Amino acid sequence: MANLTPSGASISRQSLADRIAAWGRHHRFVSQDALLRLLDTPLAAITTWIVVAIALALPIILYLLLNYAGTLRQDWDGSPRISLYLHSGVDERLAADLTSRLLLRSDVASADLITRQQALLEFEQHSGFGDILNTLPDNPLPALIEISPVATDGGDIRLLVASLQQEDWVEEVIYDADWMLRLFTMLELAERLTLTIGIVLAVGVLLIIGNTIRLTIENRRSEIEVVKLVGGTDGFVRRPFLYLGFWLGLGGALGAWLVVQLSIGYLSGPIERLAQSYRNDFALRFLSIEETCLILIGGSFLGVVAALLSVGQHLSRIQPQ
Amino acid sequence: MLTFDQVSKRYPSGKEALSGISFAMQAGEFAFLTGHSGAGKSTLMKLIIAMERPSTGQILFNGENVNRIAHSRVPYLRRQVGVVFQNHQLLFDRNVYANVALPLEIGGHRPSEIRGRVRAALSKVGLADRENHFPITLSGGEQQRVGIARAVVNRPSLLLADEPTGNLDPDLSRDIMDLFLQFNQVGVTVVIATHDIALVEQLDKRRIELDQGRLRESKWQT
Repeated sequence: MANLTPSGASISRQSLADRIAAWGRHHRFVSQDALLRLLDTPLAAITTWIVVAIALALPIILYLLLNYAGTLRQDWDGSPRISLYLHSGVDERLAADLTSRLLLRSDVASADLITRQQALLEFEQHSGFGDILNTLPDNPLPALIEISPVATDGGDIRLLVASLQQEDWVEEVIYDADWMLRLFTMLELAERLTLTIGIVLAVGVLLIIGNTIRLTIENRRSEIEVVKLVGGTDGFVRRPFLYLGFWLGLGGALGAWLVVQLSIGYLSGPIERLAQSYRNDFALRFLSIEETCLILIGGSFLGVVAALLSVGQHLSRIQPQ
Repeated sequence: MLTFDQVSKRYPSGKEALSGISFAMQAGEFAFLTGHSGAGKSTLMKLIIAMERPSTGQILFNGENVNRIAHSRVPYLRRQVGVVFQNHQLLFDRNVYANVALPLEIGGHRPSEIRGRVRAALSKVGLADRENHFPITLSGGEQQRVGIARAVVNRPSLLLADEPTGNLDPDLSRDIMDLFLQFNQVGVTVVIATHDIALVEQLDKRRIELDQGRLRESKWQT
């Protein structure tokens, strides 16, 4: 009974080390307890995890696909190109001559001749229609000179294009900047769309986890009241719910990781073939360790933020009566 | 150790629960807080542990100004006060041991210390053999004892009890009251709110009587 002797006004003092140890013990206990409670209702837990996983996986997959599209842009060195298709009457010697003459021009940075044979060879290799060409009596492809202009300004380039169109040995001038620009504008649009979807879904994750935590707070209302009555600090009361948010976020992120890896496995075959057909050896690769960590940390972080928001909103309303 | 100075409490509804209450308790005192239901007994107790704030007046507890205490300090105030609630306020999803251990876990005590203190508190209230039971399997009197064990386990300097014998028969009531007297004998200041006048009259103790929110009579025990 000696243990019960009151110490009057002086509360038993604890050293800082003791308090830190107690704090660590409580964190350990609460984190485990939060997970066990979550697993106590497996159906509810798994449902929440799946919803969070889908909401996280979608923007990640979109981002990876965009990344893939981005590599196409890197392949393009950024300088505009002009393709001069030569008249069928121009023979190889004349074509070579024209190419060197073009190189002498001050407004042309480079000029490369692609002969009819070279064009045929490339077409056979990359189009997959080589067999059809073999059935034709003659090589239908024209010779071609590829030019990079010195000018980078659109107006100056157009002047060059116009002057080249005047040459009588030129069948057709194709300036590729227009459609490249269009493609890149579309890529930028897709990027912003992905960012928007990502933000919207992240807010969705915050709401889903926040709502789950709100319900848990309601279920544990009497416990919260009693803990507050016997001297539990706000931090002590808040802790189980922050860990709940952490576990919900981490579980959702794990699920998202799985969904993404499976999707990559499923999509990589067709994407590789598509890339090859564009003379690109790009291959969709699985998520690296770093990316995996980033997803897991990001998911847990979202969960804790959702918990903080929800707890801040609902916990202060619960006061012992 | 506890001083009320012209304390009034008016609820937003306009009802004045307490008006102009002044009294002081010395450390180690034992007092009954009596009055009809609605006289303001519960409100007065709630003011001491900052569950409610006074509208006017000042409350001092162990030198701390309770009416102006910061929200973040409230938990530390409550750790110095053991409270026995009329409705027990036990947690039904955990056993007797865990219920009594709660204040110590909140206080961050070492597990070995928690074990020792919980066992001591439970044996003091005569429930040493019930630590693994769940509150729902206990009788009303036993639940009340669990509440008392939880109130004293943190060695508070002040013990408050709100109608601790409310639903108990006279024998059990007397047992519970004896427990409070024992705590008082080892130095705990005790305030018991009750309307059980027969029991109060058996014991010659200080009586703080409330009538419609006003202090009517204060019998001092020397």
